[in-house]
Amino acid sequence: MSSYASYTVGEPIADTKAPDGPIEQRWDQRRFDAKLVNPANRRKHTVIVVGTGLAGGAAGATLAEQGYHVVQFCFQDSPRRAHSIAAQGGINAAKNYRNDGDSVRRLFYDTVKGGDFRARESNVHRLAQVSVEIIDQCVAQGVPFAREYGGLLDTRSFGGVQVSRTFYARGQTGQQLLLGAYQALSRQIAAGNVEIHPRTEMLDLLVVDGRARGIVARDLVTGEIRTYTADAVVLASGGYGNVFYLSTNAKNSNATAIWRAHRRGAYFANPCFTQIHPTCIPRSGDHQSKLTLMSESLRNDGRIWVPKAKGDDRPPAAIPEDERDYYLERIYPSFGNLVPRDIASRAAKNVCDEGRGVGPGGQGVYLDFADAIRRLGRDAVAAKYGNLFDMYERITAEDPYRVPMRIYPAIHYTMGGLWVDYDLQTTVPGLFAIGEANFSDHGANRLGASALMQGLADGYFVLPPTLNDYLARNPLPAVPADHPAVASAEAEVGDRLNLILAVNGDRTPDSFHRELGELLWDECGMARDEAGLRRALERIPRLRDEFWRRIKVPGTGQELNQSLEKANRLVDHFELAELMCLDALHRAESCGGHFRTESQTPDGEAARRDEDYSYAAAWEFTGTGTAPVLHREALDFAYVHPTQRSYA
Amino acid sequence: MNLTLRIWRQAGPDAPGSMTTYQVSGISPDMSFLEMLDTLNEELITRGDQPVAFDHDCREGICGACGMVINGRAHGPERTTTCQLHMRHFKDGDTIDVEPWRAAAFPVVKDLVVDRSAFDRIIGSGGYITAPTGSAPDAHATPVPKDTADTAFEHAECIGCGACVAACPNGSAMLFTSAKVVHLNVLPQGAPERSSRVRNMVAAMDAEGFGGCTNTGECATACPKGIPLPSIAAMNREYLRASLG
Repeated sequence: MSSYASYTVGEPIADTKAPDGPIEQRWDQRRFDAKLVNPANRRKHTVIVVGTGLAGGAAGATLAEQGYHVVQFCFQDSPRRAHSIAAQGGINAAKNYRNDGDSVRRLFYDTVKGGDFRARESNVHRLAQVSVEIIDQCVAQGVPFAREYGGLLDTRSFGGVQVSRTFYARGQTGQQLLLGAYQALSRQIAAGNVEIHPRTEMLDLLVVDGRARGIVARDLVTGEIRTYTADAVVLASGGYGNVFYLSTNAKNSNATAIWRAHRRGAYFANPCFTQIHPTCIPRSGDHQSKLTLMSESLRNDGRIWVPKAKGDDRPPAAIPEDERDYYLERIYPSFGNLVPRDIASRAAKNVCDEGRGVGPGGQGVYLDFADAIRRLGRDAVAAKYGNLFDMYERITAEDPYRVPMRIYPAIHYTMGGLWVDYDLQTTVPGLFAIGEANFSDHGANRLGASALMQGLADGYFVLPPTLNDYLARNPLPAVPADHPAVASAEAEVGDRLNLILAVNGDRTPDSFHRELGELLWDECGMARDEAGLRRALERIPRLRDEFWRRIKVPGTGQELNQSLEKANRLVDHFELAELMCLDALHRAESCGGHFRTESQTPDGEAARRDEDYSYAAAWEFTGTGTAPVLHREALDFAYVHPTQRSYA
Repeated sequence: MNLTLRIWRQAGPDAPGSMTTYQVSGISPDMSFLEMLDTLNEELITRGDQPVAFDHDCREGICGACGMVINGRAHGPERTTTCQLHMRHFKDGDTIDVEPWRAAAFPVVKDLVVDRSAFDRIIGSGGYITAPTGSAPDAHATPVPKDTADTAFEHAECIGCGACVAACPNGSAMLFTSAKVVHLNVLPQGAPERSSRVRNMVAAMDAEGFGGCTNTGECATACPKGIPLPSIAAMNREYLRASLG
């Protein structure tokens, strides 16, 4: 047994800093209690923002508008390329423009329930309250949302809800919202209020006298390592899905910023809560570098099936109707092909594990539109899904009008992240985490169209007033450039890069990343059990040792060196992977995206164990490969009563 | 498939560059162009050579990071981004030339990586609507006719990849700039800054050293998102209107 698995339990987290009182009034109360910084004094405060996606872009622009001096970083060549840009479907908001019974209360309820009762009620309620302002803000910026002929905004429905509250801009909602934030940020850059550092990657957090006071970052073009000091640091660096290697995340998305902060004292919460999207294009071979999502709206008209017989490799058209297994319709007759994401994903894995998967490697199931085309006609199907069909054909060279699509689940979002209180502050004073980088609002499962909502809520509306309060209340003497903490943080960063370069082994960064990803996918993916997680906890340290013996990175650290960037991120991925497996092992219940095979109902569905696990698990770092300390934040459900989900 | 690649290698902005020939074998027709380059890079690293540097991120055609000139065409033979170009569009035994975007305003950083920060500065000069957070009226306060919203969207689809500039014989950024001008200027929310926006963005574009437009239309042909060529004429009209007003 790995010693890493024998974690210790520390003090529970007693106070999340949410005000008491009725839940509808808590955010008002918090904003009123917050101390303000005089507008004339704001320019004297420097705030670092890491990341320029929906959360970071919105926060940087807003803080600069308020008068703060913002220093902002992104590893991409432009802030416009952050991975929020790839979000397709839409953004939720409790506008009730449809008069269909929606309300702040209902969005709050749907989100808590959709998260399988593992999120904090106060935060989720605030998210629902703020959602309505986001749409107003984006429209004012010129975001071209879909509209009706009368000129008003169109909405559509998404999974897990019964109202139409999702605003969208065709299949490119994330792109349009991000460009809105990017343009607001660009205005502040041009005005000199935001100092932007593109192609610059945060590699460590500077902590002085117990407070976050800056970051150490590497210029990816010149290799220069430099410390930037500030009065507060905001991490908006996204999620950690790329630890699996194959995911729908962008190739360069990574966990280094949040993991380095974790090593400096920020607790990491619920790392095992990862979301797997059921409808992605399967891998076509070992060369596969990333996975592409196909909108879940396809499940409205497509029927999912596999052959009844194992190893049936006839082409789909040659398999007669009575030899096909429409397994979702069979197992879940009332929801059929529209069961929630986690259920659909797990069912696909089960039939593939039985040897009934289709396509190369047997890692796929059919999503068949033949019935829909017969019923509605080809033109109607094309009008609804034409752009998705084109995208599928471009990637696979198969025509989905004639041959069923092949789909398979893939990692695409992480609900876990840095633990934050009601103010979005981590356990390191002065360090804030927003957007996917924190753990706050989605519990164990995120609903569709809620990621964009949370990123913009945090950046535009939640962080600015709480950060204000921190800056107003705390004395923050300037950190001199020759402070010993600066020199030691820079040296640590430099040493690590030099160590990687010095190995000069025989294996590439990608080969290690693929191996780690496959291991995690097998043992900490769609279904997890104790034996598998213990296997993973034994194998990860061995793989890490092998990395330090065999990694090969050509070139130097004083130039643009993409292999060095990859290898350096991988070092953090190894440690994070270990914590994910430990978190999954310790949480011996199933909830949302975390399915423990030992904890299921007689029908094979996820069985929560509220009496034992109704808490957020916040882990404290103690050292590489040594057992972390668990701090529990008990979750109290005063407004939404926990129930067991059923879709049969 | 087995292929011969001739790739532009350049160690840094001031270093001389040259085309270098590589052989790759066992390429699957299902690979994307970037996955084919990944395969080459894995071999180069294992041999201890420097891999070919190129920008890429989302690999699903929306972030705009990737872009290279393939056999003389921006993003290659299909009208899509380089990450969405698949090797089935090439034949076994082909020789493929791979070069960075060529434009004075996009200096080479390394190999196939170029500096496109000029685009960010054009946006910063006026490619926004001034609407500080918290100041917005209700989203339904101003209806926007559907066809206006659709026009705005079609121009807002630009991903800022730079193919338009790379394809243009003059290295002009007119299509990029006009896409943003039209997106914001057709909307009622963009009207108050309509004139200053087009004036400032055109001035910023010129200051960055992009060439002028001679209506060759190569930009719109190369654009992976289909930004329409008449967008440039619309910007010229906006510019004239702003100058006369």
